[in-house]
Amino acid sequence: MRQLLPHPLLTPILAILWLLLVNSIESGQIVLGLFLGWLLPKLTIQFWPEQIRIYRPLLLLKFLGIFLLDIILANFTVARLILGSPQSLRPLFVTIPLDVQSGLAISFLANVISLTPGTVSSRVSPDHRYLLVHALNETDPAALIATIKSRYEAPLKEIFEK
Amino acid sequence: MITIAVMIALTLMTLAVALSFWRLLRGPSLPDRILALDTLYINTLALLILLGIHLGSALYFEAALLIAVMGFVGTVAACKYLLRGDIIE
Amino acid sequence: MLEFLISLLIVTGAGFAFIGSLGLARLKDFYTRLHGPTKATTLGVGCLLIASALYFSLIGQSISLHEVLVTLFLFMTAPVSAHMLAKAALHLRLDSLAKPPEFPLSGHSVQRQDSAKL
Repeated sequence: MRQLLPHPLLTPILAILWLLLVNSIESGQIVLGLFLGWLLPKLTIQFWPEQIRIYRPLLLLKFLGIFLLDIILANFTVARLILGSPQSLRPLFVTIPLDVQSGLAISFLANVISLTPGTVSSRVSPDHRYLLVHALNETDPAALIATIKSRYEAPLKEIFEK
Repeated sequence: MITIAVMIALTLMTLAVALSFWRLLRGPSLPDRILALDTLYINTLALLILLGIHLGSALYFEAALLIAVMGFVGTVAACKYLLRGDIIE
Repeated sequence: MLEFLISLLIVTGAGFAFIGSLGLARLKDFYTRLHGPTKATTLGVGCLLIASALYFSLIGQSISLHEVLVTLFLFMTAPVSAHMLAKAALHLRLDSLAKPPEFPLSGHSVQRQDSAKL
């Protein structure tokens, strides 16, 4: 099974991406998409041998919804900060201790942090235990860490790790 | 109504391209210039999409997709060069 | 009605993209400049692409969805390139308005598996 279908989740995702790319849902394209979805993971299995498991798919959907809303809110915040006076900004580096350990969860978390609340993730420590984050305007690092941990990291840990 | 909106948006995007070009020329550091290039290609992509809406042609989508892919690879390669002094190891 | 929505999306999208570039030109140090393009420009271009998808679905015979592909791609790559740029800037020890971090900066063994994102 593992030889034949290395990443079972990836096959439908790739098929859908192919259908989006050719912008049609003819049956021939669906077959071709499924074929590519089978072939590409098989050819690239060497580059990412670890298996990806999603333990709580429904929670993932809910998380993506919250995330989308947060992106829009964060954009209004950033727009306000950019249009305001640059002198009043209080940029800050914050180091966040990580609870999640898998590479996928960490990269997911780093991307979510970069896209949402006035913060950009800048560096993961070599031992994967700390994440360095740059905040655009923040005076209370403890509150920022608490928000990120409860709002983003806890759900991600439940979704990707057992 | 869409025509007016596209005109306003084209003006805004041209200004955005000019601003990122200014940052590209001004620097002062190399990461600043790479960031400016990164913004420049995303803005160009937006301009292409707007042009596609303006001319009513879906052909520009392929160009936009290619710019997105190439721009990302370019940014990452330039950052890799700054980090390690080499691109392919 | 749909036309109004498309116009609104186009103008908001271009506005956000413009604000992102304004941040790039206006803010004082590299790390704060990084915020404008990663967030505002990404959402702005996302809005424009969704407007384009709606527009071509409106005037064409069939529903056009391939713009979603570029939107997804941008939302996945923008934070990655921001992360790479910040890493490069930290590596070069650029001047920063914020207090530079006391972080284990030595060692290049940070290998994030960006390819494993799907």
